[in-house]
Amino acid sequence: MPRPDRGFCLSPAVKFAVVVYSSPASSQAAASAYQFVRTLLNEGHELYRLFFIADGVENANRLTVTPQDETNLPQQWHGLITKYKLDSVACVSSAIRRGILTPEEADRHNLDAHTLLDSTEIAGLGQLIDAAVNADRLVHFG
Amino acid sequence: MATKAQTFIFLSRSAPYGSHRSQLCLDAVLAAAVFEQTVHYIFLDDGVYQLLKEQDASAINRKTLGKTLQSLELYGVNQVYVDGESLNYRGLGTQDLLLPATEINAPGIRLLLRNADHVFNL
Repeated sequence: MPRPDRGFCLSPAVKFAVVVYSSPASSQAAASAYQFVRTLLNEGHELYRLFFIADGVENANRLTVTPQDETNLPQQWHGLITKYKLDSVACVSSAIRRGILTPEEADRHNLDAHTLLDSTEIAGLGQLIDAAVNADRLVHFG
Repeated sequence: MATKAQTFIFLSRSAPYGSHRSQLCLDAVLAAAVFEQTVHYIFLDDGVYQLLKEQDASAINRKTLGKTLQSLELYGVNQVYVDGESLNYRGLGTQDLLLPATEINAPGIRLLLRNADHVFNL
């Protein structure tokens, strides 16, 4: 597979995939991932997939509330994912053990609330391997 | 999924029960193997503790990671390495391990990394 040059000048456009391991509340890595994705899209590159895994699934928690003078990263992600129609995925086993549920998962487990932002889908680890295989570069945060 | 298998290196460097990282690495290894990619699984730093014989996590109400590691071969994960220096540094040797991992050193790891398509560092 032809791979882009390893320098910092990325031309032509590169197809990235990004995997996020950390939650917004516990690590700067989540915010760095957001800045990275926003920048690569601004610079005309492509995002093949955004994959939230382990504590990273908290980035797609729609019930996150932050103090008024702080940024709400899940809402920022939601805006970016919606604007660019990104393929955003949360790892199913990471998500459900942390209470990050789609309406369907909440029903299945007889729970009274769903917590996953509707801009993000839930899927297995195969989607991470697929992203690694099909993107030019997979970048890890956290 | 792409037609040609790519080479994935998984560097597992966390102790088995202090965090979820060791289990996460193993899950990713199995996913890559199921999707028929070429997998090199390297244990180094505190990650070598995952390979210790006779581990039993029932006392802390966890699943014993070593048991799953012993089934790696069933998933077609045959290229399992352990960093010799990490073992030495902790007073361990390959005789303490629950599976026949190939002992590797820093230049060996460097060579594998150079030829890899993807690296997961957990």
